[in-house]
Amino acid sequence: MPVAQEVLDTIALSRDEYALIIERLGREPNEVELGMFGALWSEHCGYKNSKPLLRQLPGEGPYVLTQRGAENAGAVDIGDGVCVVLKIESHNHPSAIEPYQGAATGVGGIVRDIFAMGARPIAILDSLRFGPITPSSVGRGAIADAARDGGPEPQDADVTRNRYLFGGVVAGIAGYGNCLGIPTVGGEVVFEDSYSANPLVNAMCVGIAPVDRLASAKAEGPGNLLMLVGADTGRDGIHGASGLASRTDPHSRFEELRPAVQVGNPFLEKMLMEACLDLAHHHAGWISGIQDLGAAGLTASSAESAARAGTGLVIDVAKVARREEGMSAYEVMLSESQERMLTIVRKGHEGDDAALFERWEDPWTIIGHVSDDRIIHIMEGDGEVATLPVGILVEAPEYTREGVRPPELDELGALDLLSLPDLENNATLGVGLGSSASGNGALAVSDGDQPVDAESKPAPKRGTPNAALLRLLGSPNIASKRWVYRQYDQSVLANTVVAAGADAAVMRIKGTPKGIAISVDGNGRYAHLSPYAGGAMAVAEAARNVVCTGAQPVAVTDCLNFGNPERPEVYYQMQEVIRGISDACSELGTPVISGNVSLYNETSDRAVCPTPVIGMLGILDDVTRHCQMAFEHEGDEVFLLGSLLEQPAASLAGSEYLKEIHGLVGGRLSMDLGLEARLHRAVLALIRQRIATAAHDCSDGGLAVALAEMCLAGGKGIDASGADLGLRLDAALFGEAQSRVVIATRPGERGAIDQIARAGDIPFARIGRVTAERRLRLGPIDLSLDEIRDAYEGGLERALTDKPV
Amino acid sequence: MLHNWAMRFAVIVFPGTWSDRDCQYALANVMGHQADLVWHRESDLSSYDCIVLPGGFSYGDYLRTGAIARFSPVMGAVGRHAEQGKPVIGICNGFQILCEAHLLPGALMRNDSLQYRCEWVHLRVENADTPFTTRCAPGDVLSMPISHGEGRYVADDATLSELESSGRVLFRYCTPAGDVTPDANPNGSERNIAGIVNERGNVLGMMPHPERACEALMGGEDGLLLWQSVVEWAKRGVGV
Repeated sequence: MPVAQEVLDTIALSRDEYALIIERLGREPNEVELGMFGALWSEHCGYKNSKPLLRQLPGEGPYVLTQRGAENAGAVDIGDGVCVVLKIESHNHPSAIEPYQGAATGVGGIVRDIFAMGARPIAILDSLRFGPITPSSVGRGAIADAARDGGPEPQDADVTRNRYLFGGVVAGIAGYGNCLGIPTVGGEVVFEDSYSANPLVNAMCVGIAPVDRLASAKAEGPGNLLMLVGADTGRDGIHGASGLASRTDPHSRFEELRPAVQVGNPFLEKMLMEACLDLAHHHAGWISGIQDLGAAGLTASSAESAARAGTGLVIDVAKVARREEGMSAYEVMLSESQERMLTIVRKGHEGDDAALFERWEDPWTIIGHVSDDRIIHIMEGDGEVATLPVGILVEAPEYTREGVRPPELDELGALDLLSLPDLENNATLGVGLGSSASGNGALAVSDGDQPVDAESKPAPKRGTPNAALLRLLGSPNIASKRWVYRQYDQSVLANTVVAAGADAAVMRIKGTPKGIAISVDGNGRYAHLSPYAGGAMAVAEAARNVVCTGAQPVAVTDCLNFGNPERPEVYYQMQEVIRGISDACSELGTPVISGNVSLYNETSDRAVCPTPVIGMLGILDDVTRHCQMAFEHEGDEVFLLGSLLEQPAASLAGSEYLKEIHGLVGGRLSMDLGLEARLHRAVLALIRQRIATAAHDCSDGGLAVALAEMCLAGGKGIDASGADLGLRLDAALFGEAQSRVVIATRPGERGAIDQIARAGDIPFARIGRVTAERRLRLGPIDLSLDEIRDAYEGGLERALTDKPV
Repeated sequence: MLHNWAMRFAVIVFPGTWSDRDCQYALANVMGHQADLVWHRESDLSSYDCIVLPGGFSYGDYLRTGAIARFSPVMGAVGRHAEQGKPVIGICNGFQILCEAHLLPGALMRNDSLQYRCEWVHLRVENADTPFTTRCAPGDVLSMPISHGEGRYVADDATLSELESSGRVLFRYCTPAGDVTPDANPNGSERNIAGIVNERGNVLGMMPHPERACEALMGGEDGLLLWQSVVEWAKRGVGV
């Protein structure tokens, strides 16, 4: 075949795929055509490896208005004439190379997906993952065991780069989202070894629209005109979809790849957003569709909108306004310049549309029209430079591969948690956990001032529960993320009832009594240990967070981050994680209405932990009756719902405690979806009947961390010194068994709780009582709120300023 | 639903403004006044009682915050409105624009943290004898959010002293107890200044967002005091 391997490599198509193109077309594609195939048949646009797996996800539900994948985002009818539109998308690869612009344009892209639907974006959430930002993790070396989180200790250079990526990504999200005037109201930030050099940046956006004003992305009506609006087209981002997002690039190429990362102009996007919403809400008759230009630029937006409508298109690239002279048709069709929208304008209304865009100071150009022949004709002046049947172009091949269970799963699962030394039962013994390298050493009760040498440390010390709690609260994964979210505008648009830092964000819906609760959650470590359970747990935790506000979970948008699917072990992870998500979504009644898959997240043959990220939407019928985590009233009784206080050592599997205190990642995870669903019903009943005065998900860091957060949020203490924690202190305090929620109630509600819990077949236990005295007392733990606050609120900043050793 | 006596507010919309709808919602939906969104190309504001320049990133904050918006056609009308002694309120980016337009002294520079800051802050009312604070008493502590990257108020010492001695510093960042301390200053503003008025006292610039603090559900209602003050002041002026 005449095509050079180098050409195929540039667009990440295989020889076989090239042969398939020839077979389907009946001829060789020319350069422009091949470039268009490269874009649409990329993993990023074509979902070649994931589509067969994604089909098993439930997509239907009583509230769902859209078919998954049929529009730019999924929509849910929440009643009162309002629908909520949501989607999450990854921008991992661009952010790894250029963190500020990578993250900024990630926000820009997801926001365009929402307003392309005619929905006003009202909230952004971000799920972020980076490598370690401290020189060496606390507790590392305490146990010389093979069950480490894989790979070597983080090196100084890695720490420096991880901090740079973290700071740049946060600033990029702030820079773009704040300028748009859309609040960033929630998200998560996780630091874990496998994300070193492979950060995950998943941005989620939620919008609202009147149900009858929802816009579509269909290129309907032959003769209708294609109007390209917004930024001029430049040479930035060419091969973003096919190159950056669809294969593994060596670290050494990052500098050279930087031009493939687009540069954002949030001001232009703001003007584009206002114009498109004006059009969709007030002049819907002037257009037949709106489509954003994201990955694969004009190629994907035109082909997808024609495919949806069963039409063809004629586009003259000579008419596309450009940033520079000399751009070829190939470059124009594949440019990923940001802040561009394609509107399909009804014939006769082109003057109206043009006037509207001019009013919003948005440049526009008519670049072609809709045809009825189901063929995309790309013209350059009078010459036709590409002629491709839409059906062939958008039907990327699908691959079903053979997954192979990673052998390490058995090794990881075999970690003997029972033989771990438990914590001291008496907090006053003063035996510490070794000196801390993360700057909060003063908090730990240390057995000496000598730095701990990882190699020579003979045997693990039994630590005190007080020190362990403070250490966990100050660890970057659990510590307050205020350093992050105070850089984000959280309250613009005046809808934010509960902002970042809670289980889920709560937004009111103006003009209705309703509210929505939104959360985004994932856990790569769980999915790494037990892919199926990890997938299910991501859904369960996201739903549980929403439930803790009193909202009924109704729909999911998912972002699935994996390594190279061509590796059988990675493909196995995909199969299992998606199966877990699917089962959990079915059990919990939350269809997946939109989403994104990001593959090839690896460098030097080391893949990221399989990381399913779940964006969850819940509905509150009366937003004024939402629930929060804060202990508010002295004397309130505190209960654990979903389990008894006593926990087996096995509940430490994959926990933050195990990683942070023992330097171990291991164990086997399990999930009881039936219990989870029953728990949700019980918690919702308790909140709706106003029995619960506070509710909080028990997750990372277990019960002790959950209670500490509830104390801090309300400025109150808790006395649970008499709680029966059973045989394993560490497991009861810090184990991360699923399906558990802590609630507070007014005194005397035990009967009601008993009734609801029994009816729902849910174990529960009384923990203690809220106190005015600002101390947390839980079994042997006895700490002042000031100590807890210092550890929790200063942890992240201490980690960031800690000098590499 | 309008009150018997509804004040007419013009909420100016520049390209890139984003607090326009929040101001309109607070003034019209929460308080029942008339609040029109007015595009920056308008040049006649004579039918309005009060002008609000809301927050946002006019022209993307490109060049310098507020530096381009000050040349918008509407700014001539804002100047005439101010000359007539009628109230003008610049919030956040509006404050920045008023400084660029020289309707207020000083400038807003990058926060000393070099980061954007959005959080609830406390403000001490320094002068209750202005159109914007009639419903407050000196020393009152109000709570409302800030949201800006360039909110560090600066001016030369002579100007600062003049502002202070003539009672033109309206709000200072303070602790919940009302103490003006460095720790309570979220952006490094000179002398913790959060809001000032012009010499005549009818043009207010402030970085915090009162329109985001008008409903208990949104976290607080202290912002209402500012709007209620200007309404009360205007009512007195027209003898209602």
